[in-house]
Amino acid sequence: METTQQTKERIIVPGPAGFHPPSAAQLGVALPDPGQGLMYGVLEPNEDKVIEEIARKMLTSPNATIFPGPMVLWAWNEHAVEKAKAVLEIAAQIPDVLIIPMPDYRPKYPKIDPEEVINPNHPNLTIWGNKIEACIFIGVHCHYANLTLKMIRAGTNCCTSAICAEQGHEDAMLTIRDADKAKLQKVARIFKRVREEMKIKLPAGGENVRFTGTQSKVHGGKTHTNPLTFMPAAGSTAGAAAFGHKPEQMQSEG
Amino acid sequence: MSESLETAVKTNPQGDPITSVAAPKPTEVKQDPHADAKKQRVVTPEYMFFEAPRTREFITGSEAAKEAVRRSNVDLSIAYPITPQSETMQLIGVLYGEGYVKEYYRGEEEYGVMSAIAGASRAGVRCFTATAGPGTLRGIEPIASWPGHRLPAVAMFTCRVVNAPLAIQPDNIEVSYLLNCGMIVFHAENQQDMFDFIMKGFVISEKNDVTLPVGVCCDGFFVTHARGYVHMQEKGIKLPPREAWRGAVPVLDAENPPARLSRDAPVQKSNFMAYNIHAVWQQEVWAAVERSRKYINKLMGGLCTAENVEKADAVIIASGSAAAQSREAVRLCADKGIKVGLIKIRSLRPFPTQELRQLCKDVKLIVIPEFNYVGWLAKEVATAIYGHSKSKIIAGPHVYGGQSMPVELIVDEVESGLTGKKSTNVPLSAIMGTDVDQASVAHFMRSI
Repeated sequence: METTQQTKERIIVPGPAGFHPPSAAQLGVALPDPGQGLMYGVLEPNEDKVIEEIARKMLTSPNATIFPGPMVLWAWNEHAVEKAKAVLEIAAQIPDVLIIPMPDYRPKYPKIDPEEVINPNHPNLTIWGNKIEACIFIGVHCHYANLTLKMIRAGTNCCTSAICAEQGHEDAMLTIRDADKAKLQKVARIFKRVREEMKIKLPAGGENVRFTGTQSKVHGGKTHTNPLTFMPAAGSTAGAAAFGHKPEQMQSEG
Repeated sequence: MSESLETAVKTNPQGDPITSVAAPKPTEVKQDPHADAKKQRVVTPEYMFFEAPRTREFITGSEAAKEAVRRSNVDLSIAYPITPQSETMQLIGVLYGEGYVKEYYRGEEEYGVMSAIAGASRAGVRCFTATAGPGTLRGIEPIASWPGHRLPAVAMFTCRVVNAPLAIQPDNIEVSYLLNCGMIVFHAENQQDMFDFIMKGFVISEKNDVTLPVGVCCDGFFVTHARGYVHMQEKGIKLPPREAWRGAVPVLDAENPPARLSRDAPVQKSNFMAYNIHAVWQQEVWAAVERSRKYINKLMGGLCTAENVEKADAVIIASGSAAAQSREAVRLCADKGIKVGLIKIRSLRPFPTQELRQLCKDVKLIVIPEFNYVGWLAKEVATAIYGHSKSKIIAGPHVYGGQSMPVELIVDEVESGLTGKKSTNVPLSAIMGTDVDQASVAHFMRSI
């Protein structure tokens, strides 16, 4: 009965929630303050507990997937590279995890390959195509993350998590905020602890990330890889104003 | 080469010899017109709004807007003249000359201005513009696209009659067109509000979880052209610059062509597009409006203010200049021994629904004076408190088309509402709530 009671109190739970469910904001869910998180639409004062729940979901759900967005996929600046490394440290703690990128936000014409990429205009296709039942979004701009999270809740049974560099996401079932490099590394540490408490072992050689079809093809047919072997290096950072410009760079000259 | 046949004597266009001697140039000391602007120092919003010392000045609403922009670290302002905001944007041009605004130009008309504001905001800079009445409606298509593109900016709407027939007089009907765009909408009562709302609007607009435009409305002439006391910080401080890279969407990538002028490709429904993409997009815009509440509460002290509402015989709910008139009506009622409270709505979007439900739960009579025909505020209030209050709601008095609102008009409605005396200015069909003929209410709702 305790479980039933807990479920009743939850507001944002894995769907399908319906044809067109109200947004979390319409349901009265507000974003957490620093140090806090949201667990199924309910404020959790201690973000570590939210991270633990994300770990449990990612360690026990079929086809758990990390969806990295543009802010950690591309080497816009040093901080983006550091965060990308930390994301791979998180991935290194989840056996058989998939990493499917959201490289940009443009609708894919004429057809997306939903098993290889995810897109905010039709994210449900990727969830359905890979039968993903738990996922983490990291490095996605907040507007597009919110579109994605709303659609996944409406039409799929996936438990969504959002590790956000800003204020968090009320439409995710689990969310924490202010995720810089240090916090992402804390997430990896908590994932490791939870995994060990659950006595879930990593494969020998740390090859725990499962390739998608295309990823496997470009890696000579390998099925898995060790994410820590993919540590990105800081190359030339992008010159675009789009990502990572410092405030002083946004000012006019003279 | 042949020698020139021209005489060495210089002549004027009429051929008369110029005999005057140019006055010797005085020793010029070149002064940098931007010198003071360059000395401005950035302070935190918290210091600017809550700690910085202020001095009082007696200025117009347009001047208050100018002084707010001076302290707001604005990158770009685009003008197109229309009464009664022409003076406002003229004064912003003065700021450009002084170096307080980095870029400034006149657009071709309002559609172009609002579209250019969209492009500039997408490019990551802090933008300000102003318009009024027909200009608002001419620009309404790009204005209504700002929230969907998640574009932070502050636009000032100095409300006036919307034609036809042609008139430039006060009337705030245009606010009703702005309410459902998905933007944040404030309504300034006076010059002080205008000053504060613009500055705080920039900060709220640019919060990552908001990332929406803010419209600061006022009733034209009453606020723009009249003078009032405004408490202002020193000119030497300004808000921090916009941190566009922290927005909810990426800024325009103008350095890597081809630059995409549209935020996103069309999201029509197709086999390759989720059926609800545009629906969740709209949900997200309005979710962002909801998220702005905490910042409005923190920076502006609430979405509304309440004065003497507890144990009042009646409560007046008003926004903009109607709130100023209502404040005087409250005083006149007090002279007559009638206890009247006043709720002033500062934020129309988001609307203070929960606040009104709490404040009005035991109120017996609500009077809602407005400077427009349709009574958009009365509809907002009635919708908000429906089922949460048994109050009689008088949707009036209304004045429009350039009329002023005598405070006695408001007092009359308070008295007639309390005594049952028939009003000469508000039809029975504009009275809602308990003890009201429902057929009349239905007629009222249809007629507006």
